[in-house]
Amino acid sequence: MIKIEYLAKSFDKNEVLQNINLDIKKGEVVSIIGPSGSGKSTLLRCVNLLEQPTEGKIFVNGDELTAPKANITKAREKIGMVFQHFHLFPHFTVLENITYAPIKVKQLSKQEAQAKGRELLERVGLADKENDYPNRLSGGQKQRVAIARALAMEPELMLFDEPTSALDPEMVKEVLDVMKDLAHSGMTMLVVTHEMGFAKEVADRVIFLDEGKLIETGDPKTFFERPETARAQDFLAKIL
Amino acid sequence: MNLDFSQIVPYIPFMIEGIWVTLQFVIVSILVGFILGTVFALFKIGKIKPLKWVADAYTSIFRGTPLILQLMIIYFGLPQLFGYDISPFLSAVLAFGLNSAAYVSEIIRAGIEAVDIGQTEASMALGVSYRKRMIDIILPQALKNILPALMNEFITLTKESAIVSTIGYLDLMRRAQVVGADLFRNFEAYLFVGLLYYLMVMTLTIIGKRLERRLKRSD
Repeated sequence: MIKIEYLAKSFDKNEVLQNINLDIKKGEVVSIIGPSGSGKSTLLRCVNLLEQPTEGKIFVNGDELTAPKANITKAREKIGMVFQHFHLFPHFTVLENITYAPIKVKQLSKQEAQAKGRELLERVGLADKENDYPNRLSGGQKQRVAIARALAMEPELMLFDEPTSALDPEMVKEVLDVMKDLAHSGMTMLVVTHEMGFAKEVADRVIFLDEGKLIETGDPKTFFERPETARAQDFLAKIL
Repeated sequence: MNLDFSQIVPYIPFMIEGIWVTLQFVIVSILVGFILGTVFALFKIGKIKPLKWVADAYTSIFRGTPLILQLMIIYFGLPQLFGYDISPFLSAVLAFGLNSAAYVSEIIRAGIEAVDIGQTEASMALGVSYRKRMIDIILPQALKNILPALMNEFITLTKESAIVSTIGYLDLMRRAQVVGADLFRNFEAYLFVGLLYYLMVMTLTIIGKRLERRLKRSD
């Protein structure tokens, strides 16, 4: 479903990613982990071209996103993204946040979009908040709305950029539960996270990045119990 | 003290009529300035270098020279070049609108840049086009932040509009001069239109406050 070939990204002279190759199958849940500054978020942001790769190619469903003539705006409709700091639209109500893109981008009727939006709010457990503005919500609630907003576009792939890192500890679980649910429903997910529990429990595969290079990849059990590379061992020793 | 307000009573309707004359070109100028200013603001933050240069040069020139000079050039200077006898109204709208656009473009640019970059990224990630992103997501948030600065600009424009009296446009200010000259009494007439200007500005202030409160309902 996603194929990344020889991806590299530099900011000026600073090489953030080097020679990344990755193949992600439909329905797969992949956790990207690594120390801060290792390029995890940049890698994720390259997948929907919020960062323009310096070199390499990215394919989604066989279409090359990095092609000069690719319609990136169109491609992004199929790639949902959830940010660390939510980025809800503060001047819209919760329901408006969710229905905005389906109405304006997918040209759904307002009724249709609202029905779908309410369904999604139900799914993330916030049915009673549809008329609230985002500033009235807790962090965990905001993030669940953000997930619902992304899902409203019916994406084939969801990107999560440290979705729980900005949350108070007691709110992490409610967001992770929604993500687990989503994983079990067969969504293809690429998750940058510091939640090793989530990586262990939910991910089909773990990718370990360090200093912009893909150091190790494998199934979570093997990776967490018997990491092969010294750098992964070192990293895990520090955090576990 | 030589002060007699009863003398100006017959002229009051004539002066009050000036409110509408002033408002007419002030409103059009504000609109011209706002629309043009928004366009220039988008040029300034955009990726297309030549457009950015144009917008920067524009701001630099219109902010760097006196408004009254711009008005004189448009009203007295242009006819000499093109042989087109430009009306005082059109001259006023051009001078004030173009001048205001320079200031408004800076205000709006600052407003857009102050909106969290995450808002842009979130809408990009949803597949929202540049146009819709600007109109629905970024500009409304920018406007909320810059409303006080914009109201300031509109108030300044309303007051500075008195400069058009120098090209013989029969606005509020000019009418006070006419009445003063007619009666050989200046104080009463000027004081009276001063009050009218003040009332106009107060009205604008109240509208601005209302607007601000409405935009703040999501806070």
